[in-house]
Amino acid sequence: MKIQQSVLFDAPGPKAQRRILATNVLGVILFLGAAAFVLKGLNDQGQLEAELWTPFLTADVWQFTILPGLMNTFKAAAAAIVTSVIFGLLFGVGRLAANRAVRWICGIIVEFFRAVPVLLMMIFFWLLLGRLQIVEPADTPFFAVVLALTLYNGSVIAELVRSGVYGLPKGQREAGMAIGMTRGQSLRSIELPQALVAMLPSLISQFVVILKDSALGSIITYSELLRAMQIYGSAGPILQALTVAAVLFIIINFALSWVAQKLSGLLSSRTSGKTRPASAPTLVAKV
Amino acid sequence: MDSLTEYFQSYLTALETYNVVGALWVNIQLTFWSALCSLVLGTVLALMRISPVPSFRWAGTAYVNIFRNTPLTIIMVFCILVAIFQLQLNLSSDFNFNFFLWAIVGLSVYHAAFVCESIRSGVNTVPLGQAEAARAIGLSFLPAARLVILPQAFRGAVAPLGNTLIALTKNTTVATVASVPEAAGLMKTMIEFRPDVIMAIFATFALGFVIIVIPIGLVTTWLSNKLAVAR
Repeated sequence: MKIQQSVLFDAPGPKAQRRILATNVLGVILFLGAAAFVLKGLNDQGQLEAELWTPFLTADVWQFTILPGLMNTFKAAAAAIVTSVIFGLLFGVGRLAANRAVRWICGIIVEFFRAVPVLLMMIFFWLLLGRLQIVEPADTPFFAVVLALTLYNGSVIAELVRSGVYGLPKGQREAGMAIGMTRGQSLRSIELPQALVAMLPSLISQFVVILKDSALGSIITYSELLRAMQIYGSAGPILQALTVAAVLFIIINFALSWVAQKLSGLLSSRTSGKTRPASAPTLVAKV
Repeated sequence: MDSLTEYFQSYLTALETYNVVGALWVNIQLTFWSALCSLVLGTVLALMRISPVPSFRWAGTAYVNIFRNTPLTIIMVFCILVAIFQLQLNLSSDFNFNFFLWAIVGLSVYHAAFVCESIRSGVNTVPLGQAEAARAIGLSFLPAARLVILPQAFRGAVAPLGNTLIALTKNTTVATVASVPEAAGLMKTMIEFRPDVIMAIFATFALGFVIIVIPIGLVTTWLSNKLAVAR
């Protein structure tokens, strides 16, 4: 932020300071006015009544709706994080392989799963697993969620691994070659360890995506947080239930992003790669 | 061999019964309108975030942090269950078109946060000297932004904007929550009625998205190289 501020404007002089102050006051009035307008609209519709909101402060709602929902969200996200990291490492290394056929096959698989919407895969696996009956019918949505999240995010992580290795200075590999390592040896013992450290912050940002996308599970009847709240809210307080769900997601994701940011500062001395991804990713979209 | 031709035959009849291209076309329409809206909203937000006015900066940051961290599914469900059903906020008197419009609203407000971040990262690619030169010839914040910074920032932001557009294209499937007749919903219906050709149906839709998404990637990569400001 600091750098950016100095990019666009100088330290303001007295006249500019007055102008900024005036615009600032105007902005505050504008935003508070907009907030007041929305709140008034909601109040007119009776959405701000205390009895619609207080249930979310009671132990009952937490015990039977919010916490079980959160547990399922975390369960799916945790499983998907583990499997997609494994998938990503396998295919990321595969894309760096010396063998051209391996490189191509891994490349096609990664590009394919990055291009197909997660929801499409989720619905497909849900119906496929239900048809094949290889897992408990009750567990079908869970496996569909984890599978779809793994294939997509694993592919993104594979790209992270690849770009992490490419992002290292050339001298690292040359040094490996110079002391007589083979291409594979230098990849394993010199480049990958540094690339993995360098990609850790981006990896954690990808976990935010996994956590957010786990909410897609509500569409295929996986009873995660959103679905639990939707069912609770269907009796009336739907606006309130969804708002609480959104706030919980925002808090968790915010915490994860914060960790990612701190890590990138901490880790930069441990690797010759870049720990701070260009403020918006150039190779992979984290949306 | 017979079973293969048989499979192919029943796949063809499934294709004839359902309008796959029509559903994908709905996704493309959603993508187009949401891309337009989120580009406008995202640019305004980016301007707010780089402006010298604290309240604007604060509001822009708050918006981005809230919408970037909320699952799109929640936003979409909110648009439908709260905005349409509970608060009766109708954007159109036509029942189906109303859902379509709200789906665009949901997609736009979510992706605007990512557009804003893409443009901001584009602003980061503009060298300090450009802004200094703009100030030196007496341009104040808005003219400097409009004439000097943003034109270069957009060029630097093409690649991340392209990534956002690809993500948006794929995320239009979430509009199925809003019962918009798009690809994910049609695929579900098709598989439910024709489970015998489930693999072929999934492959068709997946390929449809690959065909839509890969050109976007190629074009934005080409554009970002072509438009890159030579420094």
